[in-house]
Amino acid sequence: MTDAKTEPLLSVRDLVVEFPTRRGVLRALDRVSFDIMPGEVLGMVGESGAGKSITGASIIGLIEPPGRIASGEIRLKGERIDTLGPEAMRRVRGRRIGMVFQDPLTSLNPLYTVAQQLTETIRTHIDISKGEARKRAIALLDRVGIPAAARRIDDYPHHFSGGMRQRVVIALALCAEPELVIADEPTTALDVSVQSQIIEVLKDICAERGAAVMLITHDMGVIAETADRVAVLYAGRMAEIGPVRDVITEALHPYTAGLMGSIPTLTQETDRLVQIPGAMPRLHAIPQGCAFNPRCERAFAPCRETRPDLISREGGRDVACWLYDPARTGELRDA
Amino acid sequence: MTPETQAPQTKAPGRLYRAWDSDLAYAFRTAPVAIVATLVVLVVVFCSVFAPLIAPMNPYNPAALNLMNGFTPPMEPNAFTGEVFLLGADGQGRDMLSTIMYGTRTSLFVGAMAVLFAMVMGISIGLFAGWRGGWVDSALMRIADVQLAFPAILIALLVFGIARGFIPDGLRDQLAIWVLIVAIGLSDWVQFARVVRGASMVEKNKEYVQAAQVIGAHPLKIMFRHILPNVMGPVLVIATISLALAIIAEATLSFLGVGVPPTQPSLGTLIRVGQGFLISGEWWILLFPAVTLLALALSVNLLGDWLRDALNPRLR
Amino acid sequence: MIAFIIRRLIQSIIVMVAVAAVSFALFRFVGDPINSMVGQEASIDDRQALRDSLGLNDPIITQFGRFIGNALQGEFGISYRLQMPVTELIMQRLPATLELALVSGTLAFITGLGLGVYTALRRRGVLSNVIMTGSLIGVSLPTFLIGVLLIWVFAVELRWLPSNGRGEVVSIGSWWSTGFLTTSGRLALILPAITLGLYQMTLIMRLVRAELLEVLRSDFIKFARARGLSARAVNFGHALKNTLVPVITITGLQLGSIIAFAIITETVFNWPGVGALFISSVRFVDVPVMSAYLMMIALIFVIINLIVDLLYYAVDPRLRVDRAAHSH
Repeated sequence: MTDAKTEPLLSVRDLVVEFPTRRGVLRALDRVSFDIMPGEVLGMVGESGAGKSITGASIIGLIEPPGRIASGEIRLKGERIDTLGPEAMRRVRGRRIGMVFQDPLTSLNPLYTVAQQLTETIRTHIDISKGEARKRAIALLDRVGIPAAARRIDDYPHHFSGGMRQRVVIALALCAEPELVIADEPTTALDVSVQSQIIEVLKDICAERGAAVMLITHDMGVIAETADRVAVLYAGRMAEIGPVRDVITEALHPYTAGLMGSIPTLTQETDRLVQIPGAMPRLHAIPQGCAFNPRCERAFAPCRETRPDLISREGGRDVACWLYDPARTGELRDA
Repeated sequence: MTPETQAPQTKAPGRLYRAWDSDLAYAFRTAPVAIVATLVVLVVVFCSVFAPLIAPMNPYNPAALNLMNGFTPPMEPNAFTGEVFLLGADGQGRDMLSTIMYGTRTSLFVGAMAVLFAMVMGISIGLFAGWRGGWVDSALMRIADVQLAFPAILIALLVFGIARGFIPDGLRDQLAIWVLIVAIGLSDWVQFARVVRGASMVEKNKEYVQAAQVIGAHPLKIMFRHILPNVMGPVLVIATISLALAIIAEATLSFLGVGVPPTQPSLGTLIRVGQGFLISGEWWILLFPAVTLLALALSVNLLGDWLRDALNPRLR
Repeated sequence: MIAFIIRRLIQSIIVMVAVAAVSFALFRFVGDPINSMVGQEASIDDRQALRDSLGLNDPIITQFGRFIGNALQGEFGISYRLQMPVTELIMQRLPATLELALVSGTLAFITGLGLGVYTALRRRGVLSNVIMTGSLIGVSLPTFLIGVLLIWVFAVELRWLPSNGRGEVVSIGSWWSTGFLTTSGRLALILPAITLGLYQMTLIMRLVRAELLEVLRSDFIKFARARGLSARAVNFGHALKNTLVPVITITGLQLGSIIAFAIITETVFNWPGVGALFISSVRFVDVPVMSAYLMMIALIFVIINLIVDLLYYAVDPRLRVDRAAHSH
């Protein structure tokens, strides 16, 4: 996937996001780096509070104040977008980066028809007539799988079921044809029976248009079926990135390995799911060294002292773990 | 001081310390607005409660008045008698400071009694409605809804008018203060009833109430003992805000001329009287009672606001 | 939709009947109507005859029925004090109150909405904090004190505006008199309108601010921002419209209380409206006027509530659909 010759669509480097609180500054993201290639689906996984959603919000420039990007950079096709002014950033949102939120029941304005919300968004970004925008909107609704789109477009959000509303949300995120779609837990709030349909629609329509997807979820099953590559976040830090097959079959980071062990599968006849002992640390109490070390069965001396950076491995994989640093594993052998 | 009342004082340091150390006390110490508001309220309450002892004169003792002192401006010696009044004197030569102290006394008394009345009535009705449930509950709550739709001042005026219809002419002035208290109290019970009803609805289904019923204790008694402590916080907040409203309501009614009798003027009466002297330039007769009323109402309001935030941050 | 309106109408009628019962009880039991109509010297026989002729010896329910029948025809008896038909008294004074309420209500709504939106959008601004602090003082200031202070500054010291009365009025039709058409009428309206509107404005402002802040935190606003809609479209098109539903409710109720609060303002400014009439009726226990005023206020409240319900339909599509079907 990571062809050295193609330029990444999105490139995040050493991103640090901080929230000042009464008890001091919290680091929600701590030097997070990753790339998304054009047309690629990148899965982003981690527990609640690991920083997945904040990564999405900082890319699109919508971190809730008083949170702020403290350092690092975000580039879209080589151009920095984290330093853009509000008006320039507004024109990136929706037009170049689309966003799908978790809860379709609350994502749509209850007082406007679907047509009004769609045409407003299209006409904000693309200079076309109302009639033209409406035609596009109907075609798009049809494409995301809303039956009788031409008639239903004039309905209000409360006329649609949760799954249908999420299709509308996807249509809204894609209506100005962005190059990247950030989907933040797009199926978590939905009925299990429609989850896979929604993922399917999202994936297909993005593939058709060549849009890349950053799929944020805590559901490894969805990642396994949908993503090309997967990034694992832990306590605001990147633990591991790599092609999804490789990461699932042979996780490098002990945390990822634990995470994979907790996916229920039909083929494996395990009595109980593997659990990682302990819980992810709160952001104001991240241990020294590797954030995972108190819970890691394979932790050794350097893990408790110094934070590991991402180490590149063959097959386009990166992992932030001292186990893969030849210089340090020497100590392990000596000990 | 009897020995009985002194005995707990040996334990007091511990209890005092705990009170000082509580979350509420901490929130208080770090809120300058609350501290200033409390100080204002304390000063006003002190001055009015001890008015007979500390006021420069008793303004309602005709023997103490000298008509020559009439309309003396503040801080200026009177042209005839040479007497100086800090806040000036009114037309009859009454010292304004003393008049305000006595007036605040009436205002505070009526306000506090009205809130007490509303609180007792609201808590009883709320507890009863929550305990009985069914149609009794819905009927009481409908009445509360309808009453809440009308401005309190209208309800108070109406109650006042009705009461006057029943009281013989000769007793009207004597009973006016109590009529006023009941009128304001009746216009203000709904908030208390709602909070207590909500809490008792929740509580009555809990096992201990049912267990107590099995033992034979009256559930109402049990609920009284267990629900009241639970709703003390909200009730305190409502009582504080109600006090500000009641003080304003009393002043308004007295200003409208349907409140306390002229022999017992409150801040509202003083402002009503003072308004008449504006055109002729005796501004102090109006301004100082008005400032006192505003300071009192604003401080109690601020205190209520602060209490609500401190006791229940989720309400914000 | 129609079923909903019918249900609301029935509820309104129940409320009106309940208020009529209170009114009737006032009318019938507070003081002795006979005493108020004849002098002390009337003989017991005379009184009895009068009781019979007035139907005061009929069963209570018959009397109540008659009371409602009369009320429906706008008949509330004769004022004890002024010896005039109550309806005539109220009709004479209603235009003054309604004009005052209309102007101050509009003033309160427009400035309250504007300031509420401003303080919500510029939440951390210096001016917003000043406005919010000022609004707390506004809530603590009794209406009558605002009036007195305004009179002091603008009528007594500056002499810009009149301190009492309606100024010159012009008659329109058989009974309406308006102050809108003369300069002195408009000038006389300014201070009372501000006095009456200030408290309501404060409440509306605080409500709009709180609701708008709440809506601005909602998911659909986040999503609207994430779609790149302009700040203007997000704040005014999406957020403000969603705050309207609660704002309409409270504002509707406020409008009703403006008419009731007019009692105070009318007294301060010697405004010849129904509120001043009511106050004197309370002072002199003029029961027919009290009970008629109560009915009038209740009627106004009920009508406002119905209008508020209809406005909901205009604003919130969620209520428009199948309401009748769902409600049973």
